[in-house]
Amino acid sequence: MSILTEAQAKAILEKVIAFSTADEASAQLSGGIQGNVRFARNDISTTGIVDDTELAVQVAFGKRVGIATINQFDDASLERVVRRAEDLAKLAPENPEFMPAVGKQTYRATDTFSEATAALTAEARARIAEASIAPCRDRKLIAAGFLEDGNTFFAHANSNGNFGYQRSTIADYTCTVRTEDGRGSGWVGSNVKDVTEFDTATDIQIAMRKAAASADAQALEPGKYTVILEPAAGAGLVSFMMGYFDARSADEGRSFLSKQGGGNKLGEQIMDPRVNIYTDPWHPEVPAMPWDSDGLPRERAMIIDSGKVANLEYSRYWASKQGKPETAGWGNIIMDGGTKSTAELIAGTERGILVTRTWYIRMVDPQTVLLTGLTRDGTFYIEDGQLRYPIKNFRFNESPVIMLNNIEELGRSVRVKADEGGSMLLPPMKIRDFTFTSLSDAV
Amino acid sequence: MDRRDFLALSTFFTGAALSPSIFGKAIAASQLQDGIELAVKKRLADAALAAATAAGASYCDVRVGRYLRQFVITRERNVENIVNTESTGTGVRVIADGSWGFAATNGMTEDAVADAARQATAIAKANARTQTAPVQLAPTPGVGEVSWRTPIKKNAMEVPIADKVDLLMSVNDAALGAGASYVNSLLFLVNEQKYFASTDGSYIDQDVHRIWAPLSVTAVDTSTGKFRSRDGLSAPMGLGYEYLDGKPEDKFVLSNGHTTYGNSYDMKEDAIAAANDAQAKLKAPSVKPGKYDLVLDPDHLGLTIHESVGHPLELDRVLGYEANYAGTSFATLDKRDAAFKYGSEIVNLFADKTQVGSLGAVGYDDEGVQTKRWDLVKDGTLVDYQTIRDQAHIVGKDASDGCCYADSWSSVQFQRMANVSLAPGKTKLSPADMIAGVENGVYISGRGSFSIDQQRYNAQFGGTVFYEIKNGKLGPMIEDVAYQMRTPEFWGACSAICDESDYRMFGSFFDGKGQPSQVSAVSHGSSTTRFDGINVINTARSLG
Repeated sequence: MSILTEAQAKAILEKVIAFSTADEASAQLSGGIQGNVRFARNDISTTGIVDDTELAVQVAFGKRVGIATINQFDDASLERVVRRAEDLAKLAPENPEFMPAVGKQTYRATDTFSEATAALTAEARARIAEASIAPCRDRKLIAAGFLEDGNTFFAHANSNGNFGYQRSTIADYTCTVRTEDGRGSGWVGSNVKDVTEFDTATDIQIAMRKAAASADAQALEPGKYTVILEPAAGAGLVSFMMGYFDARSADEGRSFLSKQGGGNKLGEQIMDPRVNIYTDPWHPEVPAMPWDSDGLPRERAMIIDSGKVANLEYSRYWASKQGKPETAGWGNIIMDGGTKSTAELIAGTERGILVTRTWYIRMVDPQTVLLTGLTRDGTFYIEDGQLRYPIKNFRFNESPVIMLNNIEELGRSVRVKADEGGSMLLPPMKIRDFTFTSLSDAV
Repeated sequence: MDRRDFLALSTFFTGAALSPSIFGKAIAASQLQDGIELAVKKRLADAALAAATAAGASYCDVRVGRYLRQFVITRERNVENIVNTESTGTGVRVIADGSWGFAATNGMTEDAVADAARQATAIAKANARTQTAPVQLAPTPGVGEVSWRTPIKKNAMEVPIADKVDLLMSVNDAALGAGASYVNSLLFLVNEQKYFASTDGSYIDQDVHRIWAPLSVTAVDTSTGKFRSRDGLSAPMGLGYEYLDGKPEDKFVLSNGHTTYGNSYDMKEDAIAAANDAQAKLKAPSVKPGKYDLVLDPDHLGLTIHESVGHPLELDRVLGYEANYAGTSFATLDKRDAAFKYGSEIVNLFADKTQVGSLGAVGYDDEGVQTKRWDLVKDGTLVDYQTIRDQAHIVGKDASDGCCYADSWSSVQFQRMANVSLAPGKTKLSPADMIAGVENGVYISGRGSFSIDQQRYNAQFGGTVFYEIKNGKLGPMIEDVAYQMRTPEFWGACSAICDESDYRMFGSFFDGKGQPSQVSAVSHGSSTTRFDGINVINTARSLG
């Protein structure tokens, strides 16, 4: 049941819409198989498969809205879920910000599906875990990691005749390698649509090298340093900031994108002119679903164009209130870079710090998007283009807005996933005057 | 790690976005009280236990779960959404050939759960091919057929939606009337109906309730471009709707009128205070960085306890099971064996899964172990950890501490934090007495920014409201305060703890851990506490 074809999904959604007596009805059907394997202390610790399919129905009587969902698909169940949504809508007060369902849309499919990922088995997951663990055992290192894969479909329809269907896969692998004495730690991650892109045997060597090389870390004084943030390290900061591009908050005066005296910073230069950030659901490396949660078709759009604010994210309500065209919510974030690898950026650095990964990033002050967090799993001092020695981890207090004004150089963008964010395309970044405020003894 | 999920949640339901996968299926309020019949749950459990055993499992546990949530979400004078969700299904965990396997199904038939049990057994056998050390379970007695329920007085799920809407609208009106530019308020209600059965002979039926009533008020000064928010000072609790009765005896009031709350909460009163505070924050002077004596209110200190004590004393972290994500711990086993000084001699920290009103209170954990209270840090010395059945033997324990939890029927259970609390001081001491003894300090109330490293050494915490303390007196509100600390030094600097009359609980509704990430809810009790000579930084910056 979990992976329905387009025809099967459409048949269920059409029945649901037909059952509704409300002024309008929308329905979403999604399902999938999520598999995972987790390992630690050089052994598999937990594994699992979750198979689930759900139908969500939203109905509206005037401006009163109700939502209900169900995971049974016989006719009686389909009718029941519609009645439940209608009951809830009748209990709800009118929402003055209610927006009617979107009309019939045209979607251009995006390439989000891989047969190889959809076919991954429990045995194959165990083999990837073993490919991480075995070389660590041989070198007396300790591996802890996680592989998660998803094979899903998503379909939606509404009483205005709109319909969409698409399948999607994702696989995410991360592994932390530590020395037996706990003095060294390294990390590697790989986020792909197609599992055949995984190269665990090569990836694990990166984490193993960093673990071995990061023992005997020296303490540097906290302060402002030139840093090279590997893409995984920069992703935490940039993805955090991208969550604060809401137009309404900016217009209401409670965002770093609000303008003194009123209004927002649309069109203003807020970053280095080399910063270009955009969204593009058709990007071959980080494809996104072709519609947003309202069913609006996604488009390619600049967000930061040569350091200027080119777009903010508008809800449908706020767009209508501000007289703006309706645009879909962003499905991915892509930051342009240059051509150099991280290694080439290091080679061109006289003095600096290489940061493998950032950790536990939280907002300190939304007025300036001041974020705090720490470095982790491979922090090294660079001198004369070489990694000279491992250094103790630092806590940083830095705003990504300030950071993206202090760019020295950008490397080649790669697909990464932030610890607490989705997939994105981000370059390694060489940044001057990055603010470290204290030392951490953590390894 | 305390997750950013609340932010995601409040935006998720704004604008009536449809996405069924996160919180399960939404149902009408009238149907929330109808649970699954006990006999049906036992039949499903027995079908899974029998199928797993027949497939070759040496151990099996089954969790038949019905997870209910209700949200009422408002901003200013609008109700943005009312959502009832339900998620029902069964998770089956087995040991076969010495390895764990897990599978879950939303099919509520004996055939479906038996299939899941066979699938879990097959996964366990696949894993066993690479496993070097077989799983060892600490024994736990089968308890037969038993039940447990959170001792609530008013089931929040049964309170009419109109009453909840009226409450939140009155809260928002009060904040706007007191000068707030914007206000968001929310009711978040949880009921976990969990049935556990295992091949040890336990059939445990539990009905767990939790409530949270967060609010956030923002004041904007367009002329300067400055904005400040002040969040509510409620705590999520393991209580019913009676938490919102706002009884006078549950208020804790400082000499300057600053009010915090214990076992009940006056949401409207706090909304007015939040509006006043948010406006005052716009004009409050910025802190001068340096060393200060900190006086920390329980609704702030709870998060510091959570991050710097609760997490590092989770045995799975200590052992390396969380090394890839949440991290490991500085509080290694050799430190316990060497009687490591975790804090000053007045510091007593305990774990307790039985504390009435706490978020983590249950009768039995999610692997059938009866819950209890035990010491973690005694008179400043590290003495113990929090553990579950398959790790107890590693530290020489012959029983689990009862810390196993899964956030859904579809999630595999693993070690989660118990309620970890700081015992109140043994001699009579009020917050006023404590403040009177501080020459140069900062009083901090409420949660703010929080971040700690992956071994729980280096942390930075902000807060909601800050007052200067000079020469024994509370001074004006100040802003841009965060303190940085190293865990053992911080607890070593603990110089005074108020007595039991000041004790109350802080709560974390979305503590995130594990891969795939799961959330759990946990409380941390304390009285107002003093820490000497802590490094305070100024967090103000300029974007030019």
